[in-house]
Amino acid sequence: MKKVQVLLIACAFASGCGEDKNMVGIYILWLRQIKRYFRSKSRIIGSIGQPLLFLLAFGFGFGHIYQKAEGGSYIQFLAPGIIAMSVISTAVFYGIELIWDKKFGFLKETLVAPISRFNIMLGRTLGGATVASLQGIIVFFISLAVGFRPVSITSLPLAFVFVFLTALLFTALGTAIASFLEDMHGFQLIMNFLIMPLFFLSGALFPLEGLPRTFSLAASLDPLSYGVDGLRDTLIGSSYFGLSLDFFVLTIVTLVLLAIGSYLFSKIEI
Amino acid sequence: MDIIIEVKNLTKKFGDFTAVDDISFSVKKGSIFAFLGPNGAGKTTTIKMLTTILKPTSGMMKVNGYNPFKEQDDVRRSFGIVFQDQSLDDELTAYENMQFHGVLYRVPKELRKKRIEQLLKFVELWERKDDFVKDFSGGMKRRLEVARALIHHPKIIFLDEPTLGLDPQTRNHIWNYIKDLNKKEEMTVFFTTHYIEEAEKVATEVSIIDNGKIVARGIPQELKNKTNTSSLEEAFLKVTGHTIREESASATDRLRLRQRMRRR
Repeated sequence: MKKVQVLLIACAFASGCGEDKNMVGIYILWLRQIKRYFRSKSRIIGSIGQPLLFLLAFGFGFGHIYQKAEGGSYIQFLAPGIIAMSVISTAVFYGIELIWDKKFGFLKETLVAPISRFNIMLGRTLGGATVASLQGIIVFFISLAVGFRPVSITSLPLAFVFVFLTALLFTALGTAIASFLEDMHGFQLIMNFLIMPLFFLSGALFPLEGLPRTFSLAASLDPLSYGVDGLRDTLIGSSYFGLSLDFFVLTIVTLVLLAIGSYLFSKIEI
Repeated sequence: MDIIIEVKNLTKKFGDFTAVDDISFSVKKGSIFAFLGPNGAGKTTTIKMLTTILKPTSGMMKVNGYNPFKEQDDVRRSFGIVFQDQSLDDELTAYENMQFHGVLYRVPKELRKKRIEQLLKFVELWERKDDFVKDFSGGMKRRLEVARALIHHPKIIFLDEPTLGLDPQTRNHIWNYIKDLNKKEEMTVFFTTHYIEEAEKVATEVSIIDNGKIVARGIPQELKNKTNTSSLEEAFLKVTGHTIREESASATDRLRLRQRMRRR
């Protein structure tokens, strides 16, 4: 089933872009990321384990208290946040994977090919974002299994738009970071001091209403807050910032990060 | 004969360190050009500049008539390259690595298929085309890289120590094919090696670089005559001296070592 899915996406991509010569290069770079994803079975299983654990531990652990505080079903509230979590961790990982290619040679093969640096970075980023989105979809199905129920089927496509935007934003961030990192040492540092704080501040685990001022200010500066909020709005129909603000902020931040990323990528020397 | 690579007063500095120091040379079209030198002499840095991945500090370069920094795509289509260290995707198959390259260089589909089959058969990897590169030995990877560099039929091929770590059989095999292409297609070969006897056998022109400067050049016989030696290796030692060069381990090497350990 997965293979069919990939083929469909690939065909859509190829038929839409096949004409333009630059697009062929972007397409093959994109395809490479997808192939690598489906081949690393252990990575897929590993990346499903963590969200499942979060859903079960938090969902059932806090569910009772949350309900007592008249918040309703905690699983309903939590699932969009956990989907967002799996999307960003996959996205950042695939962005940062660039370090691997930089160090183990494959990047050189693309850098001497007749394709611009911008297109290389675009192909990779789209590939990473696609993989992260697939991951988000998988976690969506897992959350269905533990009792999550989206309020409307018709808003699912819109939810997917938010998943993809969030994925694109964080892959671009990962790529930008990887452009100046020399080796994987920095990776743990970034996970612990950038990604985890962004996740905890985003309101993925708790409502942003009624928080201390500094905390809610910090949350509103965290781009992931808008991704989580957009997902929550489209999946369970409750929103803190409002759907249009979510969309606007995510788009702007994604564009800015893509611009920074492509600048840093163009400066890579190996 | 026409000149296909021209370099004038090329300099590359990394901070205070001058890796390539005001070198000038030219390579004739259709020649097999050996670029020799001890470790850290500036060979790889020069190749990186010629192949558009490193920006020179100053100087002029022309590759197949194009400027590597102003006409990048034209230069990139003109050459194929086998890097000193591996540049394959381990998690793709041999065929997929070839295909990736063919698509990036926009070789039309039918032609691409034909050439990939031809090249893989030549390097004797056709039977293993659907195997993952991570399962290949060093020699097989090298052969695959040589095959890959030729898919778009480049005018020039850069080989940065192409036969390092290969057995004599594979070395011979690769060189015979390259010499053949050199003759039939007038493909210019620009290579570096530490096997000086190999250079003596195949090269039509030799340049020796040391400490970022070109210290000798000519056809192998000329160099031997000039230095009054009987082999190119002796000539090489005479112009570059007998001191062993220190090369600092880069972050790359250390990382590579760690990954290797992790895989165990």
